[in-house]
Amino acid sequence: MMIPSPWRADFPAIAALQRQDQTYLDNAATTQKPQALLDALAHYYANGAANVHRAQHLPGAHATQAFEDSRSKVAHWLNAGDCGQIIFTHGATSALNLLAYGLEHSFNPGDEIVISALEHHANLLPWQQLAHRRQLKLRVLPLDTDGLIDLDAAASMIGPQTRLLAVSQLSNVLGAWQPLPALLAMAKAHDALTVVDGAQGVVHGRHDVQALGCDFYVFSSHKLYGPDGLGVLFGRNEALQHLRHWQFGGEMVLDADYQHARFRPAPLGFEAGTPPIASVIGLGATLDYLAGLDQDAVSVHEAALHDYLLKGLHARNGIRLLGNPQLALASFVIEGVHNADLAHLLTEQGIAVRAGHHCAMPLLKSFGLAGAIRVSLALYNDSEDLERFFDALDQALELLR
Amino acid sequence: MNLPADAVTALDTFQAAAGWEQRARLLMQWGDRLPAMSDVDKVDANRVHGCESQVWLVAALQDGLWQFTASSDARMIRGLVALLLARVNGLSAVELQAVDLPGWFDQLGLSRQLSPSRSNGLNAVLQRMRSLSDA
Repeated sequence: MMIPSPWRADFPAIAALQRQDQTYLDNAATTQKPQALLDALAHYYANGAANVHRAQHLPGAHATQAFEDSRSKVAHWLNAGDCGQIIFTHGATSALNLLAYGLEHSFNPGDEIVISALEHHANLLPWQQLAHRRQLKLRVLPLDTDGLIDLDAAASMIGPQTRLLAVSQLSNVLGAWQPLPALLAMAKAHDALTVVDGAQGVVHGRHDVQALGCDFYVFSSHKLYGPDGLGVLFGRNEALQHLRHWQFGGEMVLDADYQHARFRPAPLGFEAGTPPIASVIGLGATLDYLAGLDQDAVSVHEAALHDYLLKGLHARNGIRLLGNPQLALASFVIEGVHNADLAHLLTEQGIAVRAGHHCAMPLLKSFGLAGAIRVSLALYNDSEDLERFFDALDQALELLR
Repeated sequence: MNLPADAVTALDTFQAAAGWEQRARLLMQWGDRLPAMSDVDKVDANRVHGCESQVWLVAALQDGLWQFTASSDARMIRGLVALLLARVNGLSAVELQAVDLPGWFDQLGLSRQLSPSRSNGLNAVLQRMRSLSDA
């Protein structure tokens, strides 16, 4: 059965990659960009760049207007309403570091931070290092055999000592929605702050931060078909009260003399220096494009592709999937075959997939693996992409076995 | 510069290889022919870090000539390392300093294996070889 993508032509890089005999299936790392984004970047740079929030001149007013429009679009995309603020950062990693430093003062030695065993380094290392700085205990929620955070274990580990829970919505290795409502409820019952890493989750379906009820939600633009160098931090108004200023510089300040300064509240108080203006404007254009798609059709397409991927993998001998992937991606190893060898031969055949530890070394180690191959899908992929991958996989295995 | 005999063989076969498939088969053959490394040598001190697979490299200077031994649990990198050893084993310290190793892989039609985005570890092996032979 053919599964064509009706949106493929909206992403010019896909055709360009195909001309170079490249099949792009590394979308959990970063995505190709829609023409609408390229147009917005070209328009901004061709019609007058200007800094935001600081100049009274007309180009500055235009840039600021477009910049703030993007902020509204992001808030709308997450259904933030009036319950919180959208802060632009330089990536999901920098958003999580902002939280780990900006909340540091509210932790005391012996307090506990809870994360899960599937966290990628961006949602592990900032908390791990915070724990070292403040003598906190970092607790790691285990996974069940399907790769979901074990709720029974969570119930015994999230307690009165828990000051913060930080978990991913969707794992970049296991491809399964995590049981966030139950986890967030446990954390809230103990008045702990809650951080959801939406780096992968935000790309699949629409999410509502009010319904989710988390204090902070983080994602990066480039994984959501937007420009790179840009991250988003949503913070609930009450939770933002706990967040101290972290990076200092231009435009985050209300009033300064040589010895003292007072700072703005969120969002501008957390956006020191010139922000990635073009990227913010570009993300707005991407969200406009995505909002114009039939979201149900996108979800159906992604589910059909994922099913196709799983069926094809199951049809081959010796493949071991990591966890029980539900959507977006599948990570696997093959019995008797080193993933580095497989990666080598897939690369030779123009298949762009990820091999290695996927920036989640502790998770891979827990599977007893040094690495795995990951195929990750986007809305512009089609069944022919997967057929090319399967052909290449078969060729590689024939050589290696 | 005179090439070691193994290097001449490598050059002849790889330059005659047509397509990725044949190059891959040759790499595996060269890897399979790499003399087995003793388990005693497969220790952390000999590990080359920065590779996706486990790679070990040991250097010895015998009568003023370098003799490297190496191994890996992955076949492609083992083949690449075998090609590297074919070029450098038996060279004097002065000769080794003068060898253009990236150029060697380029001659073999394998320069892409050294691109910075490749995590196969060949770059790390070259660096390790330099630091062992500079010491």
